[in-house]
Amino acid sequence: MNPLVELAGITKGFGTGEARVQALSDITLNVAAGEVVGLRGPSGSGKSTLLNLVACILEPDTGVLRLTGETVWDGAWSRADLRALRREKIGFIFQFHNLLPFLDATDNVALAMTLNGMSLSDARTKARALLDYLQVGRRAVAMPSMLSGGEAQRVAIARALANRPRIILADEPTAALDSERAQVVMDLLRQVAREQEAAVIVVTHDDKIFSRFDRLVSLRDGRIEGERVESGV
Amino acid sequence: MNLALRDIRHNLGRFLLTCVGLSLLLGVALAMVGIYGGVVDEALSLARGLKADLWVVEGGTRGPFAEASRIPGDAREAVARLPGVTAAGSVTFQIVEARHAGGPGSAAAPDEDTVREYAGEAGRPRIGSVLRMQVIGYELDRPGGPPGILAGRGIAHGRLEMVVDRGAGVPVGAMVDMAGVGFRVVGLTTRAVSASGDPLAWITLRDSQDLQFRLRPPAARRALQGGGGALPRDTVNAVVAHLSPHAAVETVAAEVRRWKHFAALTAQEQETVLTSSLVDRARKQLGMFTTVLLLVSAVIVALIVYTLTMDKVRDIATLKLIGAPDTTIVALVMQQALLLGGVSFAGATVLLFAVKDNFPRRVLLGPEEIAGFGLVVFVISLLASLLGVRYALRIDPAQALGG
Repeated sequence: MNPLVELAGITKGFGTGEARVQALSDITLNVAAGEVVGLRGPSGSGKSTLLNLVACILEPDTGVLRLTGETVWDGAWSRADLRALRREKIGFIFQFHNLLPFLDATDNVALAMTLNGMSLSDARTKARALLDYLQVGRRAVAMPSMLSGGEAQRVAIARALANRPRIILADEPTAALDSERAQVVMDLLRQVAREQEAAVIVVTHDDKIFSRFDRLVSLRDGRIEGERVESGV
Repeated sequence: MNLALRDIRHNLGRFLLTCVGLSLLLGVALAMVGIYGGVVDEALSLARGLKADLWVVEGGTRGPFAEASRIPGDAREAVARLPGVTAAGSVTFQIVEARHAGGPGSAAAPDEDTVREYAGEAGRPRIGSVLRMQVIGYELDRPGGPPGILAGRGIAHGRLEMVVDRGAGVPVGAMVDMAGVGFRVVGLTTRAVSASGDPLAWITLRDSQDLQFRLRPPAARRALQGGGGALPRDTVNAVVAHLSPHAAVETVAAEVRRWKHFAALTAQEQETVLTSSLVDRARKQLGMFTTVLLLVSAVIVALIVYTLTMDKVRDIATLKLIGAPDTTIVALVMQQALLLGGVSFAGATVLLFAVKDNFPRRVLLGPEEIAGFGLVVFVISLLASLLGVRYALRIDPAQALGG
């Protein structure tokens, strides 16, 4: 099966001269459809830079990035093209859910769909179905400030899945949750990866969820230090 | 989905409070515009109120509103005989500091005890208080009289009667003391004020000529002692004329200008004199105030929008990360700025109309002024939002990632 995310020989540095910091060096990593890959490593190891590269926010200095078979940063991509790519193909899950505080749960999810051209009424209908699927449908009209951490993260996952993305990037999605809710969230991500045939990349420090990954990639000083195949659950 | 409206609804209290503050500021700026309109209207109300087609004044002058103008009282007869002139009347103008000398029914100027007794009648000038008025002397049944009587009657035939603008605050029947002579108020007009905002009062030409003499006894005494004889008392400041609808005002004016020692101004020229000479400084002053206030408003709107944008850094970064186009971000910021300006403008307009009658000078705002001011507020809001838009567009979507 062709990988949905392909990184080949990626390097990325910041600054110039003596102040230059090499954030990533010769990173090669593939993530296939239905696969959940964890990225771990100490602070400054390059996890966030790698996530930003896959999210098409940062341009690599060298190497090739392919998402769903398309080569990104080959000179033909405008900022608007990259945003459209993110909108259509990538779903994001954040550490602190990042729901817009002025929209209720339904509209937070529907917004992602309306940005992709869907009518508001259709988007709301699908958003409610998605919230039901993630077992948070009863909180559909609640504002984010009224949701518990676990509920907010489920709504955030619903938003990430709104446009049925092929790639899901999660940045410390369980950091603000207790271990029980963290397991539930990871199970949801695994379920989504399988059902939607999506490639899921999760940056995490949380060793309690390591067992939920198909593979766990360790980064140190901008390089892949090791890769471990987890059992998955 | 309108994100700007949803965000405002989420923080409605803060938004409305901000609008109240901005409404007060814009209200002051709008008041300046209205005061300027009032100043122009008041300046023209005197000239327009007399409904003169032609003003005959002293040669080499621009009329009694711009500089001193004295012509012989018999000039009126010469003007009246000109072809095309249907009526002419002599008029005098003088600023008088009069004294409210008694309420309706009082026989004459009250003594000091009466003044003390009636002092402080609610809503009216105290008896004994000073009333600054522009007094117009005119010939009964000739051009130059009060434009319309709101209450009471016009001056019938008797002397020592006066018609006064109701802005002076004296009722019909009240006594007004001018240079030691008591005048009975027999009628009230409305919206008749001088260029400086003083209420107008009409008395007979004869009374006004006496008044001029009484108000300047030292000059008269000096003239007598100098052997020059008494100052001529049959002088007027101008002759106003009504023309036949078929007469060409320029032709009649040209005829007058041929006379020695006389000048003629058409109604349009008189208005130009009033607006360019008398109102010009006020226009510049009020214009500067208005400009400064609008600049302050623009800076405040810019800072508010900038702060609102700063408060939403993570939200905007998230929007960018999930693929929202720049137009969505720009619309979010700009619509909030326009709503802020629009609501504040509406608040300012409502506020000003609620209090404008309490201003000491007339505040005149028509639909054109309000629409023009609204357009200025729209442009200011739009420009002020650019700072917030620039900030929003520079927010890195990566800020949504990471703690």
